[in-house]
This record gives sequence, structure tokens and C-alpha cells, in this order.
Amino acid sequence: MLAVVLTSLSKPPEGFKAPGIEIFDFTKTCLIGDGSLCVTKVTFWMLMSSVIISALFLIAFRNPQIVPKGLQNAIESIVEFIRSGIVMEVMGREGLPFLPFLTSLFVFIWINNLFGIIPGINFPTTARMAIPMFLAILVWFVFNIVGIVKQGGLHYLKNTLFQPGVPPALYLLVTPIEFVTVFIVRPLTLAVRLSANMIAGHLMLTIFFVGTWYLQWKLISIPMAAVSFALGTFITAFEVLVGVLQAYIFTILTAVYIAGAIHPEH
Amino acid sequence: MTHLFGLLAQVSGDVGAIGKGLVYGLAAIGPGIGIGFLVGKSVEAMARQPEAAGMVRTTMFLGIAFVEALALFGFVLSFII
Repeated sequence: MLAVVLTSLSKPPEGFKAPGIEIFDFTKTCLIGDGSLCVTKVTFWMLMSSVIISALFLIAFRNPQIVPKGLQNAIESIVEFIRSGIVMEVMGREGLPFLPFLTSLFVFIWINNLFGIIPGINFPTTARMAIPMFLAILVWFVFNIVGIVKQGGLHYLKNTLFQPGVPPALYLLVTPIEFVTVFIVRPLTLAVRLSANMIAGHLMLTIFFVGTWYLQWKLISIPMAAVSFALGTFITAFEVLVGVLQAYIFTILTAVYIAGAIHPEH
Repeated sequence: MTHLFGLLAQVSGDVGAIGKGLVYGLAAIGPGIGIGFLVGKSVEAMARQPEAAGMVRTTMFLGIAFVEALALFGFVLSFII
């Protein structure tokens, strides 16, 4: 397999074919099993990410010190960032029970986004729609169940669908819009935002580096290859930022939705 | 004008690619303007009241997340159509 790839890479190409959506399909190179339900590279690294995260947290807090050092310091600063930057800012003190959930969400998405730029993995696992969609469905269940538990089923529905302070006749218009926004658009945008950002980033990286490889065969196009390589490197650095930002946005939106379910809007 | 229509009639092979480009391009106009306004106003607010910068930044990211979703829908649709 590797030999085939290496020989095909060491020959000058026939014509440029821009990479498309097919670079996200790993079912041709299954690791275990075959067909559309096999364990691919994406599945493997998604599972590995949870192993990595568990190991990091367990090692960091195996022997906690009052004055943290090294890994404990790093992990504590992540937790502290979620605590003061997201939970206290958006939800207040009632949100503190959700700190572990939000921290796991943030770190899981962040590590999976970072896989896109780690050499040797080179694929952001969150670019596959299944993973963000599962996370969004999880968030949907969490905020709805929190709303039902904290406010009571009928009160929660009434407070969400019939916002107070609206003229009664307008409920004909407002209620369907609220229903679609809260119960359909929220999880959909959560999932699409994360996966589309990662798909776009991975496509750009692939296009620039495939372009570099394609352009370096002829002397005349080597300057163009250099430009393409520089842009690809720049986008790699940009992807570090996007990975953190998307994890942050996913987490803060989850916090906003849960906060909305705890407290009805007045 | 008739010449243009004649040209358009000849463009039949790669209409899909043009449509995809148009879908993404048109979907990016509104959110682009929106994010521009949003970040500009947030920077203004942060410059006027630096002590409120943290709150403004959080709200700005929330707003960006909502606005950006529209452009991303266009991006995803350009693959689907």
C-alpha cells in the first residue's frame, strides 16, 4: 500500500486534479472489517483521542499538589479557563455542576480538531459529520432534560415556545419560529458549524499541499510551488487558531443553551 | 443581449460547477457584512470601555457563531447540490 503511494508520488503527474470531497472518505482503506461500517482511520483516532485525554487528566491529577507544577498546571489552566471564561460568565454559580461536562466537550473537540495538523494523522476527525452530529444530539438531550427537570415539562415548553411580553396575536407567528429555532436549528447549526469549519480547513490544506507537490516538477513553476507551500504553512498555523476557536464556540453555545433551560427568559 | 443569451445557451457543460461557486459566493456576502459590523462595533465598545472587554468578547464570539452559520450552510450546500 505504502509502496504504491510512494511510487505514484515520485512520478510527475499527468494533469492536475483538484482534491474534492472524496478525501474525506476512508472506507476504501478500512483498518478492521470492510464496507461502510468498518473501523477507519477516523474511528481509530477518535477512540485514541479519548484514551489520550483520559491519560492526560489521570496523570495530571493522580497526585495533586496545592501548588501545581508541570502537567497539572497546564490541565488546571484549561479547567480554570472553562470555569471562569464560560461557566461563570454565561451560567453563573448554578452552572458549576455542568463544569465537567463542558470541560470534556471542550477538550474532546479541541484534541480532535488538532488531529488535522498533527503530522502522521493529518485528518481532523470532527470533519466527519457523524462526530459533531452525535455531540450536538447529546447537547440537545442535555439542555432539554435540564429544562424539564428544572422548570417542569409543561412550564419548560410554555416558557420556550410562548415567550412573555409578546402581543397574543403574534404568538401565531412567534411560536412556530421559536419551535424551529430551539429544537431543530440549534443542534443543526452546532453540528454544521463545527464540521464545515473543519472540512473547509482540511480542504484548503490539501489543495495547497497537493498544489505544491504538483508545481515542483518543472523548474518554471517552482516559485509558484513556493508560494503554495507558504500559504499552506500559513493555513496550518491558522488551523491551530480555528481548532481552539471552534471548540470554544461549541462549548460556549452549549453553556448558553443550558443556561436558557435553567432560567426562563424574562 | 441576444448575443449574451446565445453564449449562455452554449454554457451547458459545467453549469454545476458555476452553480456551486454561486451558492457559496452568494451565501458569503451577508455573513461577511454581518461579521464586519459585529467585530467593528465590538472593537469600538472594547476601546471605549476596556474593563468590559471580557464580556464584550464573549458576546462577540456568540454573535459571530450565529452569523457564521449562514455562510457555512452555503458552504455545505455547495457540496450537496
